[in-house]
Amino acid sequence: MIVRILGEGQFDVPETDKGHLGELEAQLNAAVDGDDDDAFGSALASVITEVRNVGTLLPPDSFTSSDLVVPFSDATLAETKALLDEPGGERS
Amino acid sequence: MGVMKRMSGILQAKTNKLLDKAEDPRESLDLSYQKLLENLQKVRRSVADVTTAKKRIELQATQLQSQGDKLQQQAKDALSQNREDLAREALARRAAIAPQLAELQTQHQQVADQEAKLITTAQNLQAQVDAFRTKKETMKATYTAAEAQTKIGEAVSGISESMGDAGMSVQRAQDKIDSMQARAGAMDELLASGALTDLANPVDDIQAQLDQVSSASTVDADLAALKAEIGAGVPAQLGAAEEAPAGGESESPK
Repeated sequence: MIVRILGEGQFDVPETDKGHLGELEAQLNAAVDGDDDDAFGSALASVITEVRNVGTLLPPDSFTSSDLVVPFSDATLAETKALLDEPGGERS
Repeated sequence: MGVMKRMSGILQAKTNKLLDKAEDPRESLDLSYQKLLENLQKVRRSVADVTTAKKRIELQATQLQSQGDKLQQQAKDALSQNREDLAREALARRAAIAPQLAELQTQHQQVADQEAKLITTAQNLQAQVDAFRTKKETMKATYTAAEAQTKIGEAVSGISESMGDAGMSVQRAQDKIDSMQARAGAMDELLASGALTDLANPVDDIQAQLDQVSSASTVDADLAALKAEIGAGVPAQLGAAEEAPAGGESESPK
């Protein structure tokens, strides 16, 4: 599974780590839905740490699309919510 | 759908626009390469903008710091002239500078972070440009039109995604700079107005009062000397401030 951290690069995350990453993402989702700034900051940090730890940074010549995209490491909740309102970000 | 999947959709939506133009998938390789180069230029310009903004903040911080040092010195001078009121005023102004300086330091950190991120983005894009330059030729030569459809499409959407990411990084840095611009302008005005202490005019009001105290005490000394002269009936030497007496009356008798 390819995960991009915005402003940082793409990581190949093993399928075996998908579950744990999903749990961490659930916290991120909850923080966005609950409009909780602090929770968002810590959930985002956890997700990013996890991706960096278990993932392998792809070389620049990999040219592949990502399955998941993580906000910028210093993104704010407000900024992320505004981005999610853009085309393509629909919950569907 | 989770935030990360939605973010991926947003990035896709941003990049699909870039891809729509090419008819032949092999053509889209050249188009992507062209876009990648333009993107790299854009990121580099943005790095330069951010660096300029950072320098401006550094300059302001240096100016504020020297205002603070100057006020500290003025407070000392005032105290040595027994003008506690002036010393108090100078210290009060110096205290008002501290939060401004802290604010500038925060801004500086933010801009420096953006700068570091953009430099990484530029390096990554440069690496992609170099790799893609050869890869696209290999792909054009290797794939038939039918194969190209999927293989090239995949590579091109990968490239587009990187460009989308870079574009967002640039936009983000620009937004940060823009939001600081107004405050930076206000700070420049504040520094120039002398509301703190005037940099443009070295003699500010506290300094003027200190100078006044200093010249007043010279006058006092001269006055005392004159009084002493009259009282003793002997002309006394005038104060140290006196350089070349105009008339001959104050000259010492031969």
